[in-house]
Amino acid sequence: MGAGGGGAPELYELPPGEPDPGRGPGILSGLRQEGARGVLIAVVSTFVVAAAIAFAVSRSPNWPAVKEAFFNGEEFRSSFPDIAAKFIRNVEYFVVAEVFILAFALLLAVMRSLSGPVFFPIRALSILYTDLFRGIPTILVVYLLGFGVPSLSLTGVPSSATFWAVVALILSYSAYVAEVYRAGIESVHPSQAAAARSLGLSRWKTFRFVVIPQAVRRVVPPLLNDFVGLQKDTALVAFVVVVPEAFKEAQIIQNADFNFTPLLAAALLFLLVTIPMTRLVDWLVSRQRRRRQVATAL
Amino acid sequence: MNGPRADGEALRLEAIHKSFGKLEVLKGIDLSVADHEVICLIGSSGSGKSTMLRCINLLEPVDAGRITVRGEEITATGVDVNRIRRHIGIVFQAFNLFPHMTVIRNVTLAPMEALGMSKAEARARALELLERFGLADKREEYPDRLSGGQQQRVAIVRALAMKPDIMLLDEVTSALDPELVAEVLNVIRELAAGGMTMVIATHEMGFARDIAGRVCFLDAGRILEEGPPERIFSAPREERTRRFLQSIIEAGRM
Repeated sequence: MGAGGGGAPELYELPPGEPDPGRGPGILSGLRQEGARGVLIAVVSTFVVAAAIAFAVSRSPNWPAVKEAFFNGEEFRSSFPDIAAKFIRNVEYFVVAEVFILAFALLLAVMRSLSGPVFFPIRALSILYTDLFRGIPTILVVYLLGFGVPSLSLTGVPSSATFWAVVALILSYSAYVAEVYRAGIESVHPSQAAAARSLGLSRWKTFRFVVIPQAVRRVVPPLLNDFVGLQKDTALVAFVVVVPEAFKEAQIIQNADFNFTPLLAAALLFLLVTIPMTRLVDWLVSRQRRRRQVATAL
Repeated sequence: MNGPRADGEALRLEAIHKSFGKLEVLKGIDLSVADHEVICLIGSSGSGKSTMLRCINLLEPVDAGRITVRGEEITATGVDVNRIRRHIGIVFQAFNLFPHMTVIRNVTLAPMEALGMSKAEARARALELLERFGLADKREEYPDRLSGGQQQRVAIVRALAMKPDIMLLDEVTSALDPELVAEVLNVIRELAAGGMTMVIATHEMGFARDIAGRVCFLDAGRILEEGPPERIFSAPREERTRRFLQSIIEAGRM
């Protein structure tokens, strides 16, 4: 043997877990030297444009009325705490739905990935499901289940509209998320499954230990994108449910006060959650890209 | 040379045919491998070497013919392929390690999940093998932190951890930088010295000459010529074998 230490010592110059130490500071120092003027120009021009827009808008003849109806500071202050308290419900709907979506969608994706004529009915079922629920607008599913099922008054079936509205979100989003999972499963090279099967692992264990973990890792960013969409769509529950969440609460206050500012407060609450999630997606995507580059460079 | 053997026959292929669509890749392969025998398959790319190995491991279903492992026909319908594969190790050209698992997890996965071994037992077996092949210090590394030669040695260890009766090696050094080839070939030499039954598809003619008990020259899906390496390499009978070896010599690979 004697070659135990491996033939490519340069591999070990990068310690594990520290991707590319030289690159980040390099760009920053380059910015400091050459880019400072560019940054200054960008900042100044942004401010000039923003100020020009603000000036033009505030000089328009209807501005005072618009400002009163949409940007009423006092209305905002008085409504925001109430709406924020109801926003907890949106977060609850989101968390509960997401847990079920992640599991159910994975099941759908695995069903669709089964090969061989024996599994044709299962595959067909999964395809039918995703075609159906991706094709129907989410709000229609919320209406149909949220109004429809409780009015059937079936015994042994929950009659809460909230319950069925959240179920509708789960059914609808699972179809999208299943497709995301499926793309991940298909991106795992067949040689990985061949290696696992060649070791005597069953088809199911090959899926569970080799294919699915790699697939899920790859689709984390697009999954999070769907999370953002779901968080927003929890507002759809308002259309069938009496118990107010953030959007419904904002509407109630809007109707009472004849002012639209509460809707802006609700919008702000959604942004407070969705923007950090979006930034997280961006960060994960760029980290993945960096890792791939390091991997191919090796 | 390979008449019927009742005893000590590890593997037997009879009239194996395999097509991919209209392309017939194997056109009737017959081969008998004795226990502890090392067979090298040589021949140009596309001659059917890889397909033959994948058929033996049941990764590709054969269209016609029989494959027998220690007297049991593995190509019969209703055979439990998972059980058969546990006795036949295969190592691929592209390593195919599981990138999301550490070295030790790569090696212990199949013993635990396919053989039902306890974690402690699987780890002990894996560490012993990694130690033997100079990889013990890499056990917690992920595959992409290893050199190609190290990855391929881990792949060999992963197959060995199942204690297979037969090892199939599919051009295991073809994807390696030249300076990393030797460390992998040394591992295979050690296995041969330990009496492992092996069928090896290779482009390394010097290695084949050293290690093989018998060399088979594959050409267009048939074993055109087989015999002891001394004879195949110095006095090939077939014109095509001569031409193939000539081209290898001209490429400076022998």
